[in-house]
Amino acid sequence: MSHPRTVLVTGVSRYFAAQAAGRLAADARVDRVLGVDVAEPTGELTELLGRAEFVRADISSPAIASLIEDAAVDTVAHLAVVAGPGGAGGRDAMKELNVIGTLQLLAACQRSKTVRHLVVRSSTAAYGASPRDPAIFTEDTGLRALPRGGYAKDIVEIEGYVRGFRRRRPDVSVTVLRFAPFVGSRADTTLTRYFSLPLVPTVLGHDPRVQFVHADDAIEVLCRAVVEDHPGAYNVAGPGVLLLSQAVRRAGRVPVPVPDPGMTAVARLARRSGLVDFSLDQLDFLVHGRVVDVRRLVDDFGYEPRSTPVAFDDFITGHGMGAPVSPGSVDSVERTLASGGRALVAGLRGLLRGGGAE
Amino acid sequence: MTDVPADPSSGARRVGRTAPEPDASRTGSGAGDPVGATPGDERTESDDSAVTSGVGRVDSDPAGSAAEHGGAVDGASDNTTVPGDTDSTDADSTDAGSADTDSTAVPGDADSADVAGDGAERDAGGEAAVPGGDVWERRVADGLAFLRRRITGDYPVDDFGFDPELTEQVLARSLRPLYRKWFRVEVSGLANVPSDGAALLVGNHSGTIAMDGMMLQLALLDEHPAHRHLRLLGADFIFRTPVLSEFARKSGATLACNPDAERMLREGEIVGVFPEGFKGVGKRFADRYKLQRFGRGGFVSAALRTGTPIVPVSIVGAEEIYPLIGDIKPLARLLGIPYFPVTPLFPWLGPLGLVPLPSKWLIDFGDPIDTSALDVDPDDPMDVFGLADQVRETIQQTLHRLLLRRGTTF
Repeated sequence: MSHPRTVLVTGVSRYFAAQAAGRLAADARVDRVLGVDVAEPTGELTELLGRAEFVRADISSPAIASLIEDAAVDTVAHLAVVAGPGGAGGRDAMKELNVIGTLQLLAACQRSKTVRHLVVRSSTAAYGASPRDPAIFTEDTGLRALPRGGYAKDIVEIEGYVRGFRRRRPDVSVTVLRFAPFVGSRADTTLTRYFSLPLVPTVLGHDPRVQFVHADDAIEVLCRAVVEDHPGAYNVAGPGVLLLSQAVRRAGRVPVPVPDPGMTAVARLARRSGLVDFSLDQLDFLVHGRVVDVRRLVDDFGYEPRSTPVAFDDFITGHGMGAPVSPGSVDSVERTLASGGRALVAGLRGLLRGGGAE
Repeated sequence: MTDVPADPSSGARRVGRTAPEPDASRTGSGAGDPVGATPGDERTESDDSAVTSGVGRVDSDPAGSAAEHGGAVDGASDNTTVPGDTDSTDADSTDAGSADTDSTAVPGDADSADVAGDGAERDAGGEAAVPGGDVWERRVADGLAFLRRRITGDYPVDDFGFDPELTEQVLARSLRPLYRKWFRVEVSGLANVPSDGAALLVGNHSGTIAMDGMMLQLALLDEHPAHRHLRLLGADFIFRTPVLSEFARKSGATLACNPDAERMLREGEIVGVFPEGFKGVGKRFADRYKLQRFGRGGFVSAALRTGTPIVPVSIVGAEEIYPLIGDIKPLARLLGIPYFPVTPLFPWLGPLGLVPLPSKWLIDFGDPIDTSALDVDPDDPMDVFGLADQVRETIQQTLHRLLLRRGTTF
């Protein structure tokens, strides 16, 4: 497949999509990048967009079809998928954007004669998280139980529409990127805010394996998916895992185990109060964890994202975390204890020898 | 092969990296007050080990003079950290810590140690064991290093959540007295478990509480020449249950499903499975040593697809630890557990009823079935059931033989 000429990027009033549009616009292999969203990107995001042109359009309206036709868009990067109700203005608006937006956009793509390539942002939430799941998900692992959280339900629906589109338009190359939760020196998501809490609530008796992808690696993979041709679904995550307790400790935070029913109540309360944007699928994630196999990505893209521990360490240093229980302070405590222990041993030995001499 | 042996070794290397810190400070303090009464004793010790390890350290010898003496002591104590390290890790893996098992821990730990150094180390280790002081000092240092790694989260886990350090330092240690003193486990046929590469261990399940899995895991870790980690496959009930799920994953277990089993086998792990499942572990005492149905034979197809040998494992002794005489079904349903056990001691004696009876255990590893040499289709159910039955029969017959050999139960 030849390189894309005109790329349409959705959701550019958000950080990830704006950054991706800017990067693609700077790529010599791409002629033109159109960034669409209902709201105009502000401040820092306009800089990120760079040479990409902003077009105000609502993807959940038929207007998007004429935009695609007029600009002769050949590649669509659908990134207007939001993870939490907070950013979209409530759960209803979030569902509207995620599900109806995707539905309309895919309808427009199906009608289009110019679109040859579609890249969709999905999430590893598509696999759910349950005790009956295998420890490591490959792209072919089926969903065992319908997830209970809003975001995961949206993702499952989106993937369903994409499957339908692929069936109806087999000539269009479709890439689905299932991203693990983002971390990085700059990433600001529900999960990064969770790790920033001074006392981090965890679920009692569960220490799930968690996996992240560095935000910079996510951008890199996305741009490669747009410019190159890799049809199919790909897991995008940092290889390796961290245990939740391990991650909390690395962040210098103190884990506070809460029994599961209490945790559900806390999550509901937190969401209603609007203090923390926390949904039930994230809770399932904190109970059972989610680990994916990235071999297909590494083999086909020729790119290996930073490992999960490395990405997480970058997040910690980028946010100036790791403070209360830093390795340095542990070092000094260890030295003090070791010398104390040594003195004790020496003293005991002296005492024993004294007793033996008598 | 890729993950697990790499993990413990990297863990061991980490021990080696952190240990020199306190050691360096120790030589510093030793050199700082050479006139003290007790340090003098320490110095003669380290001098002794300098003599023995001098054989291995040819390069440091030519420098020997009065001025270099400090350097020699330094080098010697540097060297003594190695036997100390191996000594203490050895004490971890085999509590009895006899002198000849020392050599097994050495190759894993001291990559740079040559054969001469090996001998010298063993000498030094023997010497260090006599005064006792240094050993404790090192144990304190090791313990602190361990705590530090746990507090800062600086330890490796594999993709399944297996935490080799926790398994060896905490879980294995707490189960070892039970294994050695209480059940007095006797193991035979260990040569049938490969030192390198994958194998699927298939065993009989019993005992109301799955103690047999833990003892089998400890048997391989302690008694197998390659100290292999057993990766058990567990029912989804385990991974649904708080605390249990956490420790199951950390001790290397994963869900009994084909994708996980095949992935582990491809990675060269020793995977253990009890195909009877809850039918085996929760059967009545009257049915002891009668193998139950072998599930759906998923383990056979996993072994066939990956071409790994199946090793039948027969465990005698687990049946008697909690003789199950009844099952309170409504209570089990209420609690969401597969069965609510009634034994002669439980629940009548409360927590005391949880103490297992001290039956004598025998574990036998049978001749491996080389699945790669078989002309069997992993997708043909008849073939799969046939092979599963063959394994089942082997275990059943071995159980009868072992029971005769054991004689009395306790």
